[in-house]
Amino acid sequence: MSRQAVRLGTEPSPVTRWVILGIVGLLFAVPIIAMIEFSFSVGPAGGYTVQHWVDLFDPANARANRQLFQAIGNSFLLAAVTVAIVLVVLLPTMILVHLQFPRLRRVLEFICIVPITVPAIVLVVGLAPVYGVVVQLFGGAIWTLALAYGITVLPYAYRAIQSNLDAIPAVTLSEAARSLGANPLQVLWGVLLPNLRRGVLAACFISVAVVLGEFTIASLLNRRNLQTALVQAGQSDQWIAVILSLLSLAFALVLLLLIGRLGTARFSTARSSRKRSSK
Amino acid sequence: MTSTIPVAAPVVEPVPGATVELAGVVKTYGAHRALDAIDLRIRPGELVALLGPSGCGKTTALRALSGLEAIDGGGILIDGEDVAAVPTNKRDIGMVFQSYSLFPHMTALENVEFGLKMRRVAGSERRRRAAEALDMVGLGRFADRFAHQMSGGQQQRVALARALVTRPRVLLLDEPLSALDAKVRVQLRDEIRRIQTELGITTVFVTHDQEEALAVADRVAVMNQGRIEQIGSPRELYATPATAFVADFVGLSNRIPGDAAGGTVSVYGTGLQLLGEPLEGPVVAYVRPEDLSIESSGMPGVPATVVSSSFLGSLRRTTVRLDGDILVAVQHGVDLDPQPGTAVTLRFRGSPVSAIPRSAPALD
Repeated sequence: MSRQAVRLGTEPSPVTRWVILGIVGLLFAVPIIAMIEFSFSVGPAGGYTVQHWVDLFDPANARANRQLFQAIGNSFLLAAVTVAIVLVVLLPTMILVHLQFPRLRRVLEFICIVPITVPAIVLVVGLAPVYGVVVQLFGGAIWTLALAYGITVLPYAYRAIQSNLDAIPAVTLSEAARSLGANPLQVLWGVLLPNLRRGVLAACFISVAVVLGEFTIASLLNRRNLQTALVQAGQSDQWIAVILSLLSLAFALVLLLLIGRLGTARFSTARSSRKRSSK
Repeated sequence: MTSTIPVAAPVVEPVPGATVELAGVVKTYGAHRALDAIDLRIRPGELVALLGPSGCGKTTALRALSGLEAIDGGGILIDGEDVAAVPTNKRDIGMVFQSYSLFPHMTALENVEFGLKMRRVAGSERRRRAAEALDMVGLGRFADRFAHQMSGGQQQRVALARALVTRPRVLLLDEPLSALDAKVRVQLRDEIRRIQTELGITTVFVTHDQEEALAVADRVAVMNQGRIEQIGSPRELYATPATAFVADFVGLSNRIPGDAAGGTVSVYGTGLQLLGEPLEGPVVAYVRPEDLSIESSGMPGVPATVVSSSFLGSLRRTTVRLDGDILVAVQHGVDLDPQPGTAVTLRFRGSPVSAIPRSAPALD
């Protein structure tokens, strides 16, 4: 099918599209531009400086910013543990249900989607007593917060993996591999995971983005992560809070671009291959 | 692209075929008995087709053989060894599936290599054997293609090469042609038969297409409601169907009312020998279209009126109406071109027929 043929009927003209995109883009750009402008501003008196950016990374201020950087480290640790939970618990469960217990799919889907309907603040009310036990078992280390994050990222990670699972004939592929002599681990590693790569990577990136942006649960359970530290820093030094917000936005943007590339990479391979086979 | 003519080269070495036996195999899903104590013995190197309507248990039987479906009773023997408890990956079988099953992230060559890799065959040997297997199915030059770069027919050929390259004891084909268009289907069907004969591999071929089964198999097992109704050579099944179901399912049959007595059935005044169980009283006889002929009106026989006539290339099939509003299909040469509405005479050639009592529910 040619690209022309895809453009059917009432699709808006390129001009209309650019106008819509421009307005929406502007809405998002204004606060970001304001943040960038603010991060370089000297103060109410006016004028611009790079001093605030330099201060943040100045070794002389390392002591003052120690807690902040520790909080960033905490958030990355939490992101890593959350991703590990997705990979070790959610992914194998989903594959197992898809291949062996298809009747449980609806149940699993329901369980995974529920967290999105529960506001974080309500979740904390339920989690507080649970964490009483968690602390008794594992101590109060920061990584234990990832157990809660493992729940909050479920809807996003589930959708990313499930759409990939639905797009491949997972049952036939695994049966074909078994008939060729592969044991269950070889089926998973050699056949299923390579074909689920995009869904799994997307699930991981989304999980990282969600964890890095999480404030409510960490704050109410008295844990220190990037977002709680930002709020605290904002009370003493507004510039640092804004600069770090910008940096975390940039990081999230890079993750989103990576997820986007995963999708388009598949599209372009399919297209170039179609060209090849039509020769 | 699909009409690649394969080069005839039996490069995958022939292996002595194995004996395969299903002994009283039972498989139930809840209250439904998918396999009702099936007995089937397949000789070494033989190609047996499991034929039947959807839901008759043929695919379940194949999946039980492969180990993809656990059985509830009976035994599955390959060369005398009971493999019922052996997992699929240890059964040493090759399987081609109905839906395309090539691993999408691998090239055709890598797909074919997969089974050898699982058997820890060394790299260079693996590539050589995989390339040979691809040559065998005529796709040597497609080694670097991915599944989405090949047509359905080509994908199924690669799947066949992949199933055969490990020299399995048994080849299982689960409706491998049903997703393909008619022309490729016949081509690949003949090719499967050629390769199977050259390799001498014991093969089970599941299909719901009776023409396919008759064309490709040494013996055909007709299945119905979890049981094997009859097993025999295509010719036996066609000429001497053991049951009315087989007569109805294999080939085209007219259902004509008659009266049975003493091993013959009288239809419209003609006595025909009755096959199968002896019957008495009113029956429905299954008469093949080629066992009938059309003569000019006034000749001795059954008066009939032509309803329609279709040209089928090498022959013609004409439908006529008999007394009692019975429609009957007759197969004849293309020289005769009966016009609708013409009065003709129908004659029975006298071949033996199968029948069911007229009170029995009609088979669909």
